[in-house]
Amino acid sequence: MGHLTYEESKKLVVKGLILLAIVTLVEVAIALLGNGHLIEGFRLSRIIMYPLMIGLSLYKAYFIVYEFMHMRYEVKGLAMSVLLPTLLLVWAIIAFFHEGNSWNERRQLILEKNKKEIGYVAPPEEQYEETELI
Amino acid sequence: MATDTALHEEDVHTGSDAWSGGKQPFKASYGKLMMWYFLLSDAFTFAGFLIAYGAMRFSMPTWPVPDYVFSTAPFGIHNAPLIFVTFMTFVLIISSVTMVRAVQEGHRENKRGVIFWMFLTILGGATFLGCQAWEWTTLIKGEGVSVTKNPFSNHFEGGTYVSADELKAAGFIEKDIAHGGDHGHGDDHGDAAHGDDGHGEGDHAHKVNTHYYLAPGTADIPENRYYTKMDHYGKEFAGESFESNTPYLITYHSDGSIYENGAYRSDEDGQIRKEEFGPKAFGALFFFITGFHGFHVLSGVAFLLIILVNVASGLYVKRKNGYEMVEKIGLYWHFVDLVWVFVFLVFYLL
Repeated sequence: MGHLTYEESKKLVVKGLILLAIVTLVEVAIALLGNGHLIEGFRLSRIIMYPLMIGLSLYKAYFIVYEFMHMRYEVKGLAMSVLLPTLLLVWAIIAFFHEGNSWNERRQLILEKNKKEIGYVAPPEEQYEETELI
Repeated sequence: MATDTALHEEDVHTGSDAWSGGKQPFKASYGKLMMWYFLLSDAFTFAGFLIAYGAMRFSMPTWPVPDYVFSTAPFGIHNAPLIFVTFMTFVLIISSVTMVRAVQEGHRENKRGVIFWMFLTILGGATFLGCQAWEWTTLIKGEGVSVTKNPFSNHFEGGTYVSADELKAAGFIEKDIAHGGDHGHGDDHGDAAHGDDGHGEGDHAHKVNTHYYLAPGTADIPENRYYTKMDHYGKEFAGESFESNTPYLITYHSDGSIYENGAYRSDEDGQIRKEEFGPKAFGALFFFITGFHGFHVLSGVAFLLIILVNVASGLYVKRKNGYEMVEKIGLYWHFVDLVWVFVFLVFYLL
């Protein structure tokens, strides 16, 4: 759009390319380092790795939408009418991940219960009938 | 930020027939605004799929670790975790950047520039599709992942993989089976004499390298077959131990066409058990979501080609709206890149 001169916007493109490439490399480096591929015997905790990688990905997404897709230069109403509905996804993520976790817990519970020995006592009626038959 | 200059251009050039009220909502043309809302709806579709992936993953005690699933690259590179997919990501980023350049040249009404940068964008998109085709082929044919099968196992108990000798010592019997070109020659290749069930084997079949073991006296059904643990290059993993919930180990005893469960000795009770395959949902989700993204790339390439032909024919010069069509397909193309950022995150990084 019209606010940047041609030279400025060309510079922005080069900046974007370098920025996205570096962020991607950092993400991959975190993944490899964290899972112990780069340094023998060195691992990162997932509590550190995951937020870092998610944060960097969100930054890439922000950069693509705001600079490459020119959202920064659109009218605020347009930007908000597109961006605000995506906030609904926050709730979807919380709800569905919670649900998934609950499936897992229930499955574990069933596995545990199945392992337990069951002291099965036959109901008295059946025992009675059996002795009668014999 | 105000959009004065842009507003003037568009007031003059964009047709008032689409927005006949005389005033453009959000100071954007009809086509551009609707492209944004289409992309918003598409974002929800993708988000739905990715959230389903997350929910499935949360519902499993373990999940394959991507570094071990995606560790092959062309030209015979093995054990190079995530390298190929990083290359694919770069291809998509670069094609996104060339698309920005095409849109910029469009605003300057520079036809040759638009053609040049759009052509590079199409080349990037096609390269990405080629890479994805290679990746899928490797996963399906080389690693044995399919919509219903995921050989990247998970464990609920610790144990040690047993070697062929250990299996024999524990009373299992060695046999060879032919896979692939089995023409039903009744030729028995069982090396020990206990081959009581004359299983048909092709004697000149190309693949006779798979051993299996039967406990004496049991029927020859898949449930009674035990295998030594191998990776997908046929290297034996005998003796290697694993802790419970080690998510990434690959279960193979493979001649390249079949994928079977490996045998291990449980830490808990010393019994020889079959190793379970990993969660099936992994394969289905992977092929469905990356396939859906790949379909977006494919249709993006098709639309880019159509618009490239229109640009070359001079159609958008006559419209005098700063090549707005190129800008709209540009929005779509950036969105495809945007989705890949998240597909890359959830499938390959996390």
